[in-house]
Amino acid sequence: MTMKDRPLIALFIFMLVFVLTLPLWINLLTLSKGRDIAAPELDLGGDAKLCVESTEFMKAHHMELLNQWRDSVVRNSNRIYINSQGKRFSMSLQNTCMECHQDKEGFCDRCHNYVGVTPKCWDCHIEPKFSIKEHPRETH
Amino acid sequence: MDESRRRFLKIIGLSTLGLSGTAVVEAFAADKADRYLSYEQAFAGKKWAMVIDLSKAAQACDGCRNCIDACHRIHNVPDMDLPKNEVKWIWKDNFEHAFPAQTHHYLEQNYQGRPSIVLCNHCDNPPCVRVCPTKATFKRADGIVAMDYHRCIGCRYCMSACPYGSRSLNWRDPREFLNETNKEFPTRTRGVVEKCNFCVERLAQGLMPACVAACKEGVLSFGDLNDPASDVSALLSKHHTIRRKPHLGTQPRIYYIV
Repeated sequence: MTMKDRPLIALFIFMLVFVLTLPLWINLLTLSKGRDIAAPELDLGGDAKLCVESTEFMKAHHMELLNQWRDSVVRNSNRIYINSQGKRFSMSLQNTCMECHQDKEGFCDRCHNYVGVTPKCWDCHIEPKFSIKEHPRETH
Repeated sequence: MDESRRRFLKIIGLSTLGLSGTAVVEAFAADKADRYLSYEQAFAGKKWAMVIDLSKAAQACDGCRNCIDACHRIHNVPDMDLPKNEVKWIWKDNFEHAFPAQTHHYLEQNYQGRPSIVLCNHCDNPPCVRVCPTKATFKRADGIVAMDYHRCIGCRYCMSACPYGSRSLNWRDPREFLNETNKEFPTRTRGVVEKCNFCVERLAQGLMPACVAACKEGVLSFGDLNDPASDVSALLSKHHTIRRKPHLGTQPRIYYIV
């Protein structure tokens, strides 16, 4: 390496770093556009007010909680969940969760579509028969 | 040089301590309360088993499908159109097929073609569990060979390993072949192996397995082998019983009175 090559090397290092961080720059430039997409408004399909845990917890951790429920029920045959308030729930996606979250399309799908995830829960678990006519959605 | 190496080692040592420290703190801070319980009314057997009375089967099982229908209805077992796609948890075969080792040319007339109810044997030494690469199938503490369908990758090793043909693969989407579904129990999906679960979901609620509850002729009995007062223990002590393919060493837990 001679002193003469230094600017050239610096240039290529800069270019490499730029190319590698390109997604960040693109994201930064299009951020304002992304923010135009409003967060989805969810419909429960019923008038239940309380979930097994707080809304904030469920929003962030329902998938982990469901995995723990699955392991507890299938592997350890413990089917009762005691929540942070000491209330008891039968651990079942199909029989407990969907009892209140009747409107799968209006609740589960709407948020999953928004964040671009496709959980496979309903390949096997049966979603409730929900009629929009009987329970008109409040928000859209 | 030595000074900087000393410093370096000190820093590394302290950082390692710091990292493990958080794990220790987390372990102590973890919620120790028991948040997962079983139902109070759950049957707590130590060694579940079934006794099937083949001496009654000649009359009782002829043309009767009560146990099969009850099981397949509550577990959403599909009725496939082609035999090669067949999915079954409990079914009927004749004596010669169920007990090939007990069969010979001079088998008693009345045992030839006798209907025999067969299902997963919930073996004490289950070969399906040994071969499962994902531990999707496993033996519970109470002896039930259970499946975690979430984990099944459909490799069918268990089907090859099971000497009783108790396992079926969903070659097709089972929902296309279900006229009505039990909303309290899931279906399976394409590419997943399934089999009898000894009604773990009913035992958890203190109910007998669906097939036993549905049998009005008393052909099927279910209970805890570790309980000398249970139905199965009483039947086993009174009658001579056989099991399917015992020479394979799988220790099946379905006993047949002949």
